[in-house]
Amino acid sequence: MAATERPFVEIDGVSMRYGGTEGTLALQDATLSVARGEFIAVVGPSGCGKSTLMRLVTGLWPSSAGSVIVAGHEVDRPLAIAGMAFQNPTLLPWRTILGNVMLPLEVVEPHRRRLRAERAMYEDKARKLLAMVGLAGFEKKFAYELSGGMQQRASLCRALIHDPQLLMLDEPFGALDIFTREDLWEQLQEVCLTLKPTTILVTHDLKEAVYLADRVLVMSARPGRILAERRVPLPRPRRLEDTYKPEFQALVHELRDHISAARRGESLPAGEETPDAA
Amino acid sequence: MPPDATLTPTRKGEANARRVDAMIAAARRRRRLQRLLPWLIILGSFLVWELGVHAFQVPAFVLPAPSNIAASMVKWWWPLLDNAWQTLMTTLIGFALAIVFGLALGIAIGSSTLLYHGLYPLLIGFNSVPKVAVVPILVIWFGIGTVPAVITAFLISFFPIVVNVATGIATVEPELRDVLRALGARPTDIIRKVGLPRAMPYFFASLKIAITVAFVGSIMAETVAANKGIGHLMILASSRFDVPLVFAGLIVTAIMGMAMYALAAIIEERTTGWAMRGQADQQVTPLTAG
Repeated sequence: MAATERPFVEIDGVSMRYGGTEGTLALQDATLSVARGEFIAVVGPSGCGKSTLMRLVTGLWPSSAGSVIVAGHEVDRPLAIAGMAFQNPTLLPWRTILGNVMLPLEVVEPHRRRLRAERAMYEDKARKLLAMVGLAGFEKKFAYELSGGMQQRASLCRALIHDPQLLMLDEPFGALDIFTREDLWEQLQEVCLTLKPTTILVTHDLKEAVYLADRVLVMSARPGRILAERRVPLPRPRRLEDTYKPEFQALVHELRDHISAARRGESLPAGEETPDAA
Repeated sequence: MPPDATLTPTRKGEANARRVDAMIAAARRRRRLQRLLPWLIILGSFLVWELGVHAFQVPAFVLPAPSNIAASMVKWWWPLLDNAWQTLMTTLIGFALAIVFGLALGIAIGSSTLLYHGLYPLLIGFNSVPKVAVVPILVIWFGIGTVPAVITAFLISFFPIVVNVATGIATVEPELRDVLRALGARPTDIIRKVGLPRAMPYFFASLKIAITVAFVGSIMAETVAANKGIGHLMILASSRFDVPLVFAGLIVTAIMGMAMYALAAIIEERTTGWAMRGQADQQVTPLTAG
């Protein structure tokens, strides 16, 4: 996290309005930057534009105002360097787990060109990645033969197989039970410490945010604005026991207060626009 | 007591194992019955038919008995075979054309909202036109013979393929599309990697419908304007009041339809088994494989 280097992701005064000039303002004047290899988490109440932020950064949607710069280039089309994982595993049911993990290699250059010639090498890489998240031996299974947590692990592997410089996680553990989730936190941390991608995690789980991230950003209810920013001073690798330590708990409480304040403060003046924010 | 405590669990385990065995055996019997049942029902209905005709003294020119039909089949085996072959070829050519054009148009419509909205009303209107009414026009254009039958088979089996393929491609989950787009995938990549495989179950389901209606199309055209084919044979036979031969033609048609349907179903199972999980082979999963 050297501060001298240019940030990997720079978001400057970005707003997003759906449905033309009269549409809903989903994101307002968001400004943030992420250093290369940094792990940031964006938390906020539901409907605060967290997912919008993800789609803007990856270039899936164009922003209404402001600029998004990734790796020194203005984002004006979908990035080819991002790996994404969502709340649903979105695995292809007609492919085996291995086939699913290898999917990005068939799309992203330069792997796309090399895949045919170096299939064995890539397959080996996919197997290693699967083993890292505890899915060794499941390569030939289909998605429906795996539990939800296992599918989500495979989905993470798919997001990582092409060595993305940017990893975008949109509530990837939202649909899982707490034990599976904690398991996956540990594995994700391990993977991120090994591969060091720049990671943006969107979540509404404060504990998850503090456990995983170097920095946590708090967003307000719609229209989403960034209200607060906290660096997480805990050393890595963090262990699950750390979540019970007073400094961890204090940080979670502080963030929680920010969100409560955001909902009290913001939802009143913009009340007519955000019936579902409360 | 210690001896009891050690014995009971094993005895319980044995009882459980026996029960699992019994369940597996029952399931196997059920599956065997499932395979046999269609044949039993076909055989049974022929039997009822035969007995009914004899019991009520139905004259052969109204409803011939199955034995009568079978005799007619033996007697006219060559014309039946010859004409059935003609119909089969006509139908398959029309069907093949329907697959090619149906897939192409289905992909185009499914992947472009503009085309979808633009072309759909026309397709609906086109599909609503009774194909019998089209045959005379085709005869004016192409004359009497094989061509009108091929085209009718094509026209009638084209629509279900288009609609199903388009639906399969148009309903790709947006998140899945995003995963690929964020990788820099081109629209053609998305269609090839996700749209098409996803549309395959829809496509094969439509093939089963399309092949049966393709027979309807070709035979319809043959009855109106042809000098060969099962439809033509049936028209000739009925003009001679040879009702058993008409029925023989019907049965030959049904057999061809079923055979083609079965073929489509087998291909479907081979290629898109992933979409049919839990229906056939998952009824019994003994705890052998871990």
